[in-house]
Amino acid sequence: MTPEEREFQQKIDAGIKVEPKDWMPEAYRKTLIRQISQHAHSEIVGQLPEGNWITRAPTLKRKAILLAKVQDEAGHGLYLYGAAETLGIRRDQMIEDLLAGKAKYSSVFNYPTLTWADMGAIGWLVDGAAIINQIPLCRCSYGPYARGMIRICKEENFHQRQGFDIMFTLTRGTPEQKAMAQDALNRWWWPAVMMHGPSDAESKHSAQSLQWKIKLFSNDELRQKFIDQIAPQAEYLGLTIPDPELKWNPERGHYDFGAIDWDEFHNVIRGNGPCNRDRLRTRKEAHEAGAWVREGAAAYARKRAIREAA
Amino acid sequence: MNQALFTYLVRLGDNCLILSQRLAEWCGHGPALEEDIALTNVALDLLGHARLWLSYAAEVEGSGRDEDQLAYLRDAGEFQNVLLVEQPNGDFGVTMARQFYFDLWYSLLLRELRTSRDERIAAIAEKAAKEVDYHLQRSTDWVIRLGDGTPESHERMQRALDDLWMYTGELFQMDAPDTELRDRGTGPNLEHLREPWLQHVTKTLSEATLSVPGETWMQRGGKQGVHTENLGYILAEMQFLQRAYPGAQW
Ligand SMILES: [Fe+2]
Ligand SMILES: [Fe+2]
Repeated sequence: MTPEEREFQQKIDAGIKVEPKDWMPEAYRKTLIRQISQHAHSEIVGQLPEGNWITRAPTLKRKAILLAKVQDEAGHGLYLYGAAETLGIRRDQMIEDLLAGKAKYSSVFNYPTLTWADMGAIGWLVDGAAIINQIPLCRCSYGPYARGMIRICKEENFHQRQGFDIMFTLTRGTPEQKAMAQDALNRWWWPAVMMHGPSDAESKHSAQSLQWKIKLFSNDELRQKFIDQIAPQAEYLGLTIPDPELKWNPERGHYDFGAIDWDEFHNVIRGNGPCNRDRLRTRKEAHEAGAWVREGAAAYARKRAIREAA
Repeated sequence: MNQALFTYLVRLGDNCLILSQRLAEWCGHGPALEEDIALTNVALDLLGHARLWLSYAAEVEGSGRDEDQLAYLRDAGEFQNVLLVEQPNGDFGVTMARQFYFDLWYSLLLRELRTSRDERIAAIAEKAAKEVDYHLQRSTDWVIRLGDGTPESHERMQRALDDLWMYTGELFQMDAPDTELRDRGTGPNLEHLREPWLQHVTKTLSEATLSVPGETWMQRGGKQGVHTENLGYILAEMQFLQRAYPGAQW
């Protein structure tokens, strides 16, 4: 460690936030750019699976809630791109990387939303898993990211509640609705459990990120927390989690659960999920179709600046 | 039941609902992140208005229906929105042209409805007017930016304004329910909104270096339940769950 690096680490250990103008190791900057931009991309791509049901929401109230939720996710993308920009990368560049397939986003959004119950399952499980990942990040070492997370987490709580409420209503409904809820849980459970990332033994970036406090708990700890939270809720709903090995372990004080199919996880990351191509194609098409609008607005802004200067 | 008042409220609600439904189709597909958020915002506001108008309509009807039954269980012939709002999104220019024509008309109408003798209408209009003034500012702004932007954006904006022009006549057309409500002091004479509407359009388009579309045959029918082919598809999508699972609670 160089003296600068040592001082930097001491500052982090003392719980002092790193701000954009402070010195930081290049690897810290790069890791954060990767982490924050991936997170931002996830918010943006994450609009699509739920956006898919806004026009079909079953009541006007549900439609309004879902619209507001998807709008929040776009807003999260905006703050997060802003936080990443403080590290010296431009939003255009990040979006270009996403559209070129170079940047990652959460794999969970590469699964399709097939029924209305998926809106419930996503809010309950996907936003639920996201909250567990994100709450500790409100205390992470990089100031702009930590502050962004505080804002985001407040909204994520509402997202999870609305999802749970959809599931609750379905499970108290007709037999078809109940079956719809169970089917959604069956399809979303494992993708949600995988959202916490590869297990600690396999995780490439974990140790250094823990030391830098841009990660505060290991993937496996977060996953356990998630499962411990969701299992009793599923029971309350009268739904069965699709894991025959899921069982309360009184000695550990945690739920035990079955093996995760990491093969599927890596395949979806590599682009082989059911919707990877669709999601990226949709984003690309939106970006390309909007080019003339962005150019028009930029041309107008230039003309106006010239007129005002004259 | 007061049939004219019911019709009047359903028309207001249907305009907001169908336009909101169209705007919601943009979600995740906007030309920039900020625009995605802004389009959703307008969609949300209009959906809020739709719920207020339709809930009041259901109360006036007094036969136990609610906002959802009105939105989800009527067929196209009973929808009474103007044809303008059901037109497809097209490109962003078309969406903004449609929004500009509508926002301007709706804001003028709400301004009048704030002094309606029907207190409930006046209260809804008061709340809605603030939001719609903001929508109008935004759509006006986009018409100007795209009109006075690049040659391509100018051409697209002009074409969009021209193509939708024939749906604007219906906005100012009076029929029996409109006349009855005007006579009771509940609503304005829609024909009187035409002049200020045209003034704002002319001023905006001239600032945008665009031209006001020429005289054309004006389409009509939406207010009486005779729609373009678009509405059937909008409803098929919107009403799917309520139709597939009759009576279920969501
Ligand atoms: Fe989010
Ligand atoms: Fe969320």
